[in-house]
Parts: sequence; C-alpha cells; structure tokens
Amino acid sequence: MQLARQLTAIENGELQVEETKGLIVAITGPPGVGKSCLVDGILHRLAPETKVAVLAVDPTSPLSGGALLGDRIRLSVLDDDSKSESIYVRSIATRSSSGSMPSIVKDLASHLLANSFDLVIIETVGVGQSEMRCAAVATRIIVVEGPARGDGIQAEKAGLLELADLIVVNKSDLEGAERVVNDLTISLTLTNDAPPIIRTSAIEGEGLDELAEMILSLEERTSSRRARARQQLLMAHENILIRNPAFDAIIDRMSEEGMGIEEALVILDE
Amino acid sequence: MGARQRIVIAKPGLDGHDRGAKVVARALRDGGHEVIYTGLRRTPDQIVRTIMDEDARFVGLSSLSGAHSHLFPKICNLLREAGLNDVVVFGGGIIPGDDRGPLFAAGVRAIFGPGTPSTEILEFVESASQRDCGVGSQDDWHWGD
Repeated sequence: MQLARQLTAIENGELQVEETKGLIVAITGPPGVGKSCLVDGILHRLAPETKVAVLAVDPTSPLSGGALLGDRIRLSVLDDDSKSESIYVRSIATRSSSGSMPSIVKDLASHLLANSFDLVIIETVGVGQSEMRCAAVATRIIVVEGPARGDGIQAEKAGLLELADLIVVNKSDLEGAERVVNDLTISLTLTNDAPPIIRTSAIEGEGLDELAEMILSLEERTSSRRARARQQLLMAHENILIRNPAFDAIIDRMSEEGMGIEEALVILDE
Repeated sequence: MGARQRIVIAKPGLDGHDRGAKVVARALRDGGHEVIYTGLRRTPDQIVRTIMDEDARFVGLSSLSGAHSHLFPKICNLLREAGLNDVVVFGGGIIPGDDRGPLFAAGVRAIFGPGTPSTEILEFVESASQRDCGVGSQDDWHWGD
C-alpha cells in the first residue's frame, strides 16, 4: 500500500501505528501571518538533502463536517522537480477534534518518521493566544508573529508564546516588524530560558536561510515540559471522549431535545 | 448526506478564471466533503501528484480555455499510469456538447456546465462513490446517462 493510502487508513482509524521518535516541528501562529509561505521557504532550503513531510492542518466546518484545504497552493517548492521528490505534503482537516490539532496528527507524523522522513513539519490552523494543543504532538514549536500585533502589552500576555522554542517575526519588510521584535525581546528578558527571536520576510527571503538552519537543531525549552505533558494528557482524554460511541447521539439530543449537560455527562459515564 | 470524500478541485491549463472552481469547492465543503483546491494553472502532472499525495477519491477539473479535450484525457491517462484507477474524474466549465462524448469515453464521469445546481454535483458524488466507476474501470457509465 502506498504511503498516502496508509495515512488515510490511520486517519480513519483502520491502521494502528507505533510511536516513532524524531523531529516534529509545529509552525503555529495567528491566521495570515505567513505560515504557509514560511514553510515553502524552509522546504526550498532543506530539500532535497533533507526529506521533509508537511502535515498542513485546516479547520473542519462545525456545521457541515466538510473542509476546504488550501495550504498546498502556496507551496511553490512542489513545482521544482529537483526538490519535490524528497517532499511529501498532506492536507489534514481537524474533523471531530475540539481544538486546532487533531490527535491523529501524532500518529501520522510517527508513520512518516518511520518511513524515512527526517523531519515532519506541522503547519497548524491559524490560532489565537491560548491554543496550545500543538504542544501535545510537536517536539519543537515555532510561533510566527506578524508586524501588526497590537501594543507592547500583547507581548507580555501569557499563552502560546511561553511554549515557543523559536519565535519568528515574519513580514519584516512591512512597517511595525521592528517594534514587535523589540516588544518581544524586552518581554523575554524577564524569562529564564528565553527562546531565540528571528526576523523573516517570506516574500523577500530575509532570514529564511537562518530559519531553515535553526529548524534542524532547535533546543527544547525546558520550562515548557510540564505544559507539554499537560497538553498530551488533555488530548488523550479528549480522544477517549470523542471515541465514545454515544458521543454523537448525545450531541444530537442536546441540540434537538434540549438534554442538559448534567444528564449528558451521566450517559457518557455509563 | 453520503460518506465524506476527499476531493481535489483543480484548474489545469492557462485560463485564470476560478470563480466556478471555487463555487464548486465551497458547495462540496458545505456538503460535508474535504476539498483540496490546487490553485490556478496547474499542469496535468502537478494535479496527479496532488491527487496521489492527498489520497483523494475524486477530482473535479475546471477549464474555461477550450483546452479540455486535450487536458482532461491527459489527466485520465496519467492517473491510470500512476495506478490510481479508483479515482473518479469529473469536469466543468465551458464544454461544448459535441466534446462531451469523447471526454466520457476517455474516463470522465460527469460534465457540469454553467447553471448546474450544486445539489446535482453532490448527488453525483454520492452516486459515483457507490459504484466502481474510477478512471480505470471498464464501466462506461456517466452522469446523466
């Protein structure tokens, strides 16, 4: 069975995989900061010497269950025959998971690492300040910021930034990028194990060589270990919940028959 | 609603009109399917690579440039050569009536012109997913047969 079909089987729960250790890097950040374009820039520099798989996650509609997966469009590297042979890109919909990172991504990444890929990049959906589920799957986290992120207080707020092993301020060709770098740098001086910050411009190429080099040797931020473990536990627990055979039926009864949350929890426990 | 399918919507060739492709992509999304959109001006090789990597069961080809009689059969052949015999191919755009017979013969299973209700495309996906009508199948069925 070819790789893509195996991944489908894993996604549909028809194939179990063992965990494979390796480098799994999440690239995350708000919508529109340039995550896809940065991934393209990284692939252009790492391929073909490094075999890289990309799992590009986009949201599933909460209404229809469908999804429009459009991250491939920006990956110009796939048109380069000298590089595309060592790259695999797969679009993933979030499906029934509650957050931005379906737990199945961990199994998909494991399977890719077991099939001779050196690096798996997970491009997350565009996320806000408190969406940290990627920490349950990725071994390293790169948080991408843009030049317009509000005032300096935004850099002080708790959340996703605290889990970053590397912070990238993209769109450095636009006004405001320098101030974001300054705000973040000042904020991080109060942190014991501050992650590096780099400036990039995916469109002009600034900082991309540095980013591609750093991605292969990023150090883990030790202070985020407990948070990672917490996210892993939360994800595992959510999995048990979603796989409960009564889960969908209970949602139907809550939305259509006015079943209360207390009653729903009792039925789930049965 | 039928089972969720993975569907590539592709724009082969040189025309830059993708309103139709986007409307179809959106309708399929709202019908509960996972749609991978390729963007404009893809070559047949790029489209087949996307279908393979994404393990899509369907591909919808949109052409408004008049090159459908060249591009659609070429993609069908490449799919068969790649062993992707169970992929169902459908098309849309400006496809004159006289051109449709040869496209069906090449393995395209439906042609949807302007004005097609989106529900009809969803019905086609559901029907096609229940029969062995991939591009490598001997079945000569097509939608509207």
